[in-house]
Amino acid sequence: MVIDTEGLTFNFGKQTVVKSLSLKVPDGSIYGFLGPNGAGKTTTIKLLLNLLKTQEGSIHIFEKELQSNRIEILSQIGSLIEQPAIYLHLTGKENLLNRALLLQVPEKRVNEMLDLVHLTNAAHKKAGQYSLGMKQRLGIALALLSDPKLLILDEPTNGLDPNGIIEVRELLIRLVNQHQKTVFISSHLLAEVERMATHVGIINYGELLFQGSINDLQTLNQPQVQIETENTVDVANFLTRNNFTVTEVDHQHLYVPYTSKQIMGQINTLLNQNGYTIYSINKQQKDLEKLFLAITQNA
Amino acid sequence: MGFWSSVLLPFLLCLLLFIGFFNHSDKLSQSPGMMLWLQFAGAILGIMGSLILPMLIVFIAYSVNSIEHKAETWKSLFSLPISKLSVYSAKYFYAFFLVFLCLTLFVLFTLGFGNLLGSLKPQLRFSEYNVASLLTQVYFKLFLSSLGILSIQFLLSLLFRDFLKPMGIGFICTITGVILAGNGWKYAYLFPYSHPMLAISTMENGLRNNRGQGALPQITIDLFTKEIFISLVVAVVIFIAGYFIVLKKSVK
Repeated sequence: MVIDTEGLTFNFGKQTVVKSLSLKVPDGSIYGFLGPNGAGKTTTIKLLLNLLKTQEGSIHIFEKELQSNRIEILSQIGSLIEQPAIYLHLTGKENLLNRALLLQVPEKRVNEMLDLVHLTNAAHKKAGQYSLGMKQRLGIALALLSDPKLLILDEPTNGLDPNGIIEVRELLIRLVNQHQKTVFISSHLLAEVERMATHVGIINYGELLFQGSINDLQTLNQPQVQIETENTVDVANFLTRNNFTVTEVDHQHLYVPYTSKQIMGQINTLLNQNGYTIYSINKQQKDLEKLFLAITQNA
Repeated sequence: MGFWSSVLLPFLLCLLLFIGFFNHSDKLSQSPGMMLWLQFAGAILGIMGSLILPMLIVFIAYSVNSIEHKAETWKSLFSLPISKLSVYSAKYFYAFFLVFLCLTLFVLFTLGFGNLLGSLKPQLRFSEYNVASLLTQVYFKLFLSSLGILSIQFLLSLLFRDFLKPMGIGFICTITGVILAGNGWKYAYLFPYSHPMLAISTMENGLRNNRGQGALPQITIDLFTKEIFISLVVAVVIFIAGYFIVLKKSVK
């Protein structure tokens, strides 16, 4: 495990922001840390970076206790927290050079990073004049500068346009696949993370509601039989009379829980024999977005 | 911002005084060289000690910290593989350096403009007396006396994001310090914001006491007076306390 927390709890005054969190982030994964705004994501990330003092529980990163190995651990982490921390009176390149000086990274690396996030052309422009997306990309470049093994990114695609989001996604996938990095990325949008994450943790009100691989999340997701027909209400009534559960009916479709291929065939035959015209019948997964909402709302 | 203010302030003040002396050179041509220097340097020292130096420190302490507040970079600085002590003390010593730089420039500009006056208006007998070592000692004492304020203001600016809190506290304390020192309150030496004014006024007293003995007074600077001692103690104690506050503090 790259990140391993046990019973992590954090209170702001009387309010418990993070409740007994046990995160398990395996090596080489892209871990999507999901939750609505105010769920405790940023607090958790600040705990992982030792910006907030751990009150209860333990944090191990690279199998080492965080508090007592702070510098050693931080030297292998690149991070981006909330809006990127950038000196607006300096140019993009100066921002990177400044950080390179602090981290004792060769200057060559600065140019590589500028290239990587497509800011070479804007390198000599004041960061104050950057668009939100450019600032975000500069923030990612700063996080990657020291070539860390673990990247902790807090909503890195905030304010990026669709192209930018795709670029960041591809960059992260490339880092994990080609350079054996581990990425811990928080987001309040499942759709943004589901295409790249290998593992997912869902948090709400400070509690971890789900944690596992993206496939585990899929299996939680009950598949359904979607039937497209002329008169959905009649068909729904007919199926109910024949002891099928109909979960949802709208103008074009009705939905029955999926159990097996055979049962789906039986439904088809039954409807056809009774004179109902079926335009289409197929198995469908509920999309993850709905599942995410369901998980976070049940809590 | 802090850097330029600590360069421009001595330059502009000395320049203003230079212009003033230049225009009134007729009146001043009677004075002996030493008195000229004392008037020239004393004019700056008088306001420096009471108001400008504490306010400059308030500003320097603010600007060194506000750059991180504004850019939201505290969190990234503290998540770098650098010890918190290094980050904290590097910041502190930069502010320390700026104050030092500013006072050094005051010495250099005072000497430079004084000698320039002497050569432009030969009737002003600046060249009669060499003030360099005396001036250096005075400003060094002023520097030592300001360190207590520096530590306090540095910590305030580190803890508060906005300008008004450290500025307001600094301003009120400075005024209080001036009043306390000005009224000769017995315990004023315990209050850091009185130290620059006290440092200057003890020197003035020394000057006055010596004056009766000869045509030209002998000036000796007693560098380590009790207010300097208190100032240094306050500086060190607040600096260390500040480190522990930084250590415990959550980074927002």
